[in-house]
Amino acid sequence: MTIRDDDIVIRIEGLENRFGDQVVHENLDLSVRRGEIIGVVGGSGAGKSVLMRSILGLRRPDAGRIEVLGIDARSEDEDDRHEIERNTGVLFQDGALFSSLTVGENVQVPLKEQHPEIPDSLRYELALLKVKLAGLPANALEKLPSQLSGGMRKRAGLARALALDPPLLFLDEPTAGLDPIGAAAFDELILTLQRALGLTVFLITHDLDTLYAICDRVAVLADRRVLVNAPIGEVERFDHPWVQQYFHGPRARAARQAGAGTMA
Amino acid sequence: MRDESRPPSLGTDATTGQLRLAGSWTLAHAAEMGERLRLAPEGVAAVDASTVDRLDSAGVLQLLRFARRRGLELEAFAFHDDHKALVEAIEDVADDRPKKKREYGVAAALARLGFSVHDNYREILALIGFLGENLVKFGRMLAQPRRFRLTSTVYHMEQVGLDAVPLVFLLSYLVGAVIAFLGANILRDFGAVIYVVELVSIAFLREFGVLLTAIVLAGRTASAFTAQIGAMQAREEIDAIRTLGLDPIDLLVMPRVIALVVMLPLLTFIAMIAGLLGGLTVGAFNLDIPPQAYLARMDATLEVRHFLVGLSKAPIFAVIIGLIGCLEGLQVEGTAQSVGERTTSSVVQTISLVIVIDAIMALWFMQMGI
Repeated sequence: MTIRDDDIVIRIEGLENRFGDQVVHENLDLSVRRGEIIGVVGGSGAGKSVLMRSILGLRRPDAGRIEVLGIDARSEDEDDRHEIERNTGVLFQDGALFSSLTVGENVQVPLKEQHPEIPDSLRYELALLKVKLAGLPANALEKLPSQLSGGMRKRAGLARALALDPPLLFLDEPTAGLDPIGAAAFDELILTLQRALGLTVFLITHDLDTLYAICDRVAVLADRRVLVNAPIGEVERFDHPWVQQYFHGPRARAARQAGAGTMA
Repeated sequence: MRDESRPPSLGTDATTGQLRLAGSWTLAHAAEMGERLRLAPEGVAAVDASTVDRLDSAGVLQLLRFARRRGLELEAFAFHDDHKALVEAIEDVADDRPKKKREYGVAAALARLGFSVHDNYREILALIGFLGENLVKFGRMLAQPRRFRLTSTVYHMEQVGLDAVPLVFLLSYLVGAVIAFLGANILRDFGAVIYVVELVSIAFLREFGVLLTAIVLAGRTASAFTAQIGAMQAREEIDAIRTLGLDPIDLLVMPRVIALVVMLPLLTFIAMIAGLLGGLTVGAFNLDIPPQAYLARMDATLEVRHFLVGLSKAPIFAVIIGLIGCLEGLQVEGTAQSVGERTTSSVVQTISLVIVIDAIMALWFMQMGI
């Protein structure tokens, strides 16, 4: 299968990240296709979050090329940065909501910044829409983040990430800290939104259920690079001790069965 | 993927009377979309949106609002296949709106006043309760000396006491000099410049030494206590302390309050000396009172009771500053803003309470003739 060039949304070549003597990434290549959900897995400290921060331009890599939507992510040109920011939504691990603003105000922040010309009433409507798309009840709009449960905070964070209708969505461990029912519901939500809004989703996770349930492809981060980036069936068979341990441990077996169940 | 999209546009199909949309109906054109739809001709029965280039949730939202205004059913809209999932997802959540609950007017203002009176009442109760709790814990600590945290107490003594010496000294010295200047200006008219010595020394020993120190520490230390404990509270560290079988009062509050009770009188003494030195300096350089004469006058006229009156207030102020600083910190609720609000509140409360109590005590001492 050949992939047309403009179908690659994120293209990373020869990425290198180091903290002092410690090398996190070396010669890392990864490409993400338009409209797919890619799950990024790796042990603790394998550099999943560093990879995401590099793509988002929050961290300047030490070497390599990163292209997001055809724009060089290392560019320091203001317009380029702006373009990437406007086309990406990020859900940080605990939502990273602004704690002094209500959920509704949180969602309105990017709208206000990027599109100041939008009238107040429409901005309010858009925020309300995003909050409800993220699966929160309408009355959550007036609540402060501290009044929400962990799962609701993540949904609120997701609503803010979706505020600008970005084609590209980054999720950092979206199901961590949720109970299995909440996590499954969140997986379902991501899948629904991805289909409805035509999103490309870059998903960092530890959750095997998420990988089996919603990811089109899985990228495994180990030994400072992406070992394999393929549909989960292939990744399972990949010959590497970490991958084998990860996908054939006791917890993986149950997740695989559950995943097969949802596929059927 | 630069935004080179065509702006949204609409036209009427002459034969069918359908409204035909084109261009890109996205957030970037939000205002234009609204404008176009407002100007759409009356009597539209159907909308063909299948020819738009791009459609996002903002576009769908605008179309749904349009439909509601014109009384159109969603069946009257035709969408491109790619956009159907989006429209469905948005339509599913389009009902269910929150009630506007913000109220304005006299009733709301009265309600706010009532709430804040009630809040103040509760704050006072909480402070008295906290004082009681601390006294009990202090008593328990005397009975079980192993509960006393020596290292922590000494650390806070350095923080609140030693580190504040330069600031307290400088401020007191300057205020002492200013009082000498102002007093001398008036006393000179009576030919009684030498009374500046009594003015400065009585003012500093009775009132200003301790009051200045307390105000500096209220700004410097009460706020630090609130922020330290508040940040711990926000990160659930206080709860962790409790679950580990430790007592946050023993661990956090006692060392701070004890450090203050020890250090504030010492700082007060430094402030008194600095204030007297300020008066002495002005006397020597501007009022022709040589230091020897200044000190001799002090020795002849000053009574020890002034010093004792001033110093007796120091431990009381120390307890107020320490307790309010810690209590406000413990009342922080989870957010960064809450830490800020509580810190402000603790400084305001300590300074006000210190001045109020100082005034009451001044009256009492006067009436008792001390």
